[in-house]
Amino acid sequence: MNPAAEYFKGIYDGLHTALVGMGITFGHLFTKSVTVQYPDVKMKMPERARNRLYVNMDDCIGCDQCAKACPVDCITIKTIKSTPDVDLGMTSKNTKKRLYVPQFDIDIAKCCYCGLCTFPCPTECIKMTDVYEFSEYDRSNLLYSFATMTPSEIETAQLKLKKADEEAAAKKAEAAAAAKAAAEKKAAEAAANPTPAAATAPAAEKPAAPATPAAAPAPAKPAAAGSNGGAAQSAPKAAPAPETPATGSNGDAAAKKEQQPE
Amino acid sequence: MIETQQSQPATSRGTTLRTEEMILNMGPQHPSTHGVLRLELVVDGEIVVDVIPHMGYLHRCFEKHAEAMTNYQQVVPYVDRMDYLSSMGNEFAYVVAAEKLLKIQVPERVDYIRVIMAELQRIASHQVAIGTYGIDIGAFTPFLFLFRDRERILDLIEEVCGARLLYNYFWIGGLSHDLPPGWVEKAKEFCAYLKPNITELNNLLTFNKIFIERTANVGVLPKDVAINYGCSGPMLRASGVDWDLRRDDPYSVYHKFDWQVSVGRGEVGTVGDCWDRNIVRVHEMEQSLRIIEQALEQIPEGNVQEKLPKRIMPVASEVYARTEAPRGELGFYIVSDGTGSPYRIKARGPSFVNLSVIAEISRGAMIADLVAILGSTDIVLGEVDR
Amino acid sequence: MNQLLQSFFGDTLLTHIVMSALPLLFVLVCALVTIYVEMKMAAHMQDRVAYMRTGWHGTLQPFADILKLLQKEDIIPAAADKLLFMLAPYIVFIGTYAAFAALPFSSAYVGSSVDLGLFYIIAVSALVVIGILMAGWASNNKWSLFGAIRSASQIISYEIPAALAVLAVVMITGSLNMDAISKFQQGGVQNWLVFGGPLPIVQKLLLIPIMLTLAVIYYVCSMAEVNRTPFDIPEAESELVQGYNTEFTGMKFALFYLAEYANLFVVSAIAVVLFFGGWSSPFGSFMSGPVWDAFWFITKGMIFVCVNIWLRWTLPRLRVDQLMYVSWKVLVPFALVCVVLVGAIMVM
Repeated sequence: MNPAAEYFKGIYDGLHTALVGMGITFGHLFTKSVTVQYPDVKMKMPERARNRLYVNMDDCIGCDQCAKACPVDCITIKTIKSTPDVDLGMTSKNTKKRLYVPQFDIDIAKCCYCGLCTFPCPTECIKMTDVYEFSEYDRSNLLYSFATMTPSEIETAQLKLKKADEEAAAKKAEAAAAAKAAAEKKAAEAAANPTPAAATAPAAEKPAAPATPAAAPAPAKPAAAGSNGGAAQSAPKAAPAPETPATGSNGDAAAKKEQQPE
Repeated sequence: MIETQQSQPATSRGTTLRTEEMILNMGPQHPSTHGVLRLELVVDGEIVVDVIPHMGYLHRCFEKHAEAMTNYQQVVPYVDRMDYLSSMGNEFAYVVAAEKLLKIQVPERVDYIRVIMAELQRIASHQVAIGTYGIDIGAFTPFLFLFRDRERILDLIEEVCGARLLYNYFWIGGLSHDLPPGWVEKAKEFCAYLKPNITELNNLLTFNKIFIERTANVGVLPKDVAINYGCSGPMLRASGVDWDLRRDDPYSVYHKFDWQVSVGRGEVGTVGDCWDRNIVRVHEMEQSLRIIEQALEQIPEGNVQEKLPKRIMPVASEVYARTEAPRGELGFYIVSDGTGSPYRIKARGPSFVNLSVIAEISRGAMIADLVAILGSTDIVLGEVDR
Repeated sequence: MNQLLQSFFGDTLLTHIVMSALPLLFVLVCALVTIYVEMKMAAHMQDRVAYMRTGWHGTLQPFADILKLLQKEDIIPAAADKLLFMLAPYIVFIGTYAAFAALPFSSAYVGSSVDLGLFYIIAVSALVVIGILMAGWASNNKWSLFGAIRSASQIISYEIPAALAVLAVVMITGSLNMDAISKFQQGGVQNWLVFGGPLPIVQKLLLIPIMLTLAVIYYVCSMAEVNRTPFDIPEAESELVQGYNTEFTGMKFALFYLAEYANLFVVSAIAVVLFFGGWSSPFGSFMSGPVWDAFWFITKGMIFVCVNIWLRWTLPRLRVDQLMYVSWKVLVPFALVCVVLVGAIMVM
């Protein structure tokens, strides 16, 4: 359009749109405000709100899944194995706890509130709560420690574990030594008595268990194995099962062997 | 300090009057650089002769962090934080790329929910963009109206996944939570609530004569320049290029919806000026509402977590996947060496590419125009610097 | 007022001091009230409430703001031009405050009933420009310099159409004396100059559209004089951080702040005096008298201040060249045409 018409249209548009805008803002003078007066009034958080982490230590089994899932490595967990004679209790999901958890630290300053730690927890003991007001003046106060063991308890547990480990190691050494001695003895016997080992072996192990029909094919296994199994009664306990093939007279061993092909 | 520079031959004015150019620093702390961006301006009076952007102030080594993660799922919180104003967009691009790598086909319900979330996020992101653009131009009120509406979107999303800005919601193979009961109705209510508010926004800001005067014919980005520089998203569409990845390189279930791609037509100025970029964003908000409404109607039942892989072990290969994030084409190039941990993830951020065109389009503009141009580019420094 | 005070203290220095200090008191109170009203109006227009905690619904907040500003450290940039830097806020404030001398608050109180009242006000308001230029230059900050130069060009350009609008009013009333102009419009709403003034009916009807246009022109120019949106590029927050008063802290910044709000009231008051009856009551003789007059004057002034606030929070800001365009190519031609028409009508 020609410049004069544009000129007047521009003026008219300017005034008109200004008045329209003024009308809108004037209307808003009388609408209700959408803000709330925090901290007097607090907005309600939805159920799934992801804010500060909380760990229910009674349920924690020390599996370390949350620490592994964390993308920023803010969870530090240390565990101590418990000995079989200690009863650590059950979790709320009715599983037995087997590990002491002396350290469960979450550096909430590093946490990125992604919630990835809450999903793999088997007992759902780590949760995101709806607490969002946890500022601290001192940054070291943001390192949350959830573990409840006292230093003396930790030391006790560690000592117990150490002792149990030592005992187990001693037993293992003893068993190994005894096995070694028995093997030497057997070798000496075999060298001295040239009778077939197959005839003596089943006779030596007869008192152990009745030979079931299923066990019959078992003695076909190599005789050295049979003599090895019969010589040391304590050996099957210490040595892992797959290592020693089942013998004919030892029903447990035979049953184990049968299970293996399955 | 006032530093002056001898005028370059290009700006000398013969023998009459010798003028000097000033070097001005806009940023890194400045109310309208939308983050920590330093723009070195060479100005001649009030006219800008050259703009040299200096970035990297927000570099957080996202790509290096991704290499240190033990599995692909852990990368999602990092991806969230790139373009922190549109986290769902970032997550969408990443999970599309990861699922392409792992050859996972997600259930349909997951796709629908992802589209709804991504479109809600697009609206929220554009609300921030338009609101802050208004503040740059001097209109303070639309910002607050837009943020009031944005709160409703964030409330909706908070009900689903528990977070308001950085969600970690899209998981590789599914989602972290399913929609709670009653959410679909609330979302439909929201769509009905937002429509008249967009009209009000247009009356207050978009069609205001002063706003038009400030943004029309300013920062015109010609079609060929936009394509040559690799611009994408609203910047590209405002220049008249009819290209939208949701329609032209479809992913997820976008092909099932009926919606329009908004292209700049130069209604109140030239095609590709700042006003066009703004109106394209407003129209995109309206079209996103359309998509959301259709998706809410069509959403099927299903289990959103049935296809979550127990262990993520890809084949050693490389993939590139791209999606239409609110700011443009966001792509992830993932290189896998066959282990559970990513070998290399490269993010192609749209804001980084869009920022590069600023120098080209602001030569000869005034400083006030430069602010308008920078605002219309809609950059988020988290994405520029990663 | 002068007589009242003289009856107490006699014609001594004390009377004169009290007379000249009264507007200062008014300025301080008015500034605090305006700050509060602006804050609350802006908030409600944006669907929020502003301060609620300092005092009942935030009424003590302006005091808190001023106290905060006063106790801040006074920082002068090392390379700043010290003398100019220290003088600038005072000059701006003086330029603003001097205009109060000629404002007719009531039929009984005018600081100085000078026959050149209007001319004096326009002249003295120009001091503000000098103060702003000093502030921008002395800050030794490129952004402040930009703001100051823009402000200078803006204020000078907008004085022309404002002066033309004033000229038309002077043509009708025949006097530059503010008190006389207010007296001219006594007798009710119909006698206000924006509705043609107390003239014969034919002239009055012809004058009404012209005077309305002139009132709008004057009001727009007054917004530019005070650097308020849509003309606030000198202080454009998003571009220039804070424009010409970026480097000022503490008391100096408080003075700039105070001067802005005082200036806002001055220009609104002038618009009221010129077009909307000054201190005369809209009901004629009902609710008039020395005290009522002051009430009407202040109320009308505050209404225009509120309109100014309303505009600030609605409209975006104009760019420098667009501002110049509006002034020289829109306001000046329209004002000139209106002046010629008013002249023609008055001669009828």
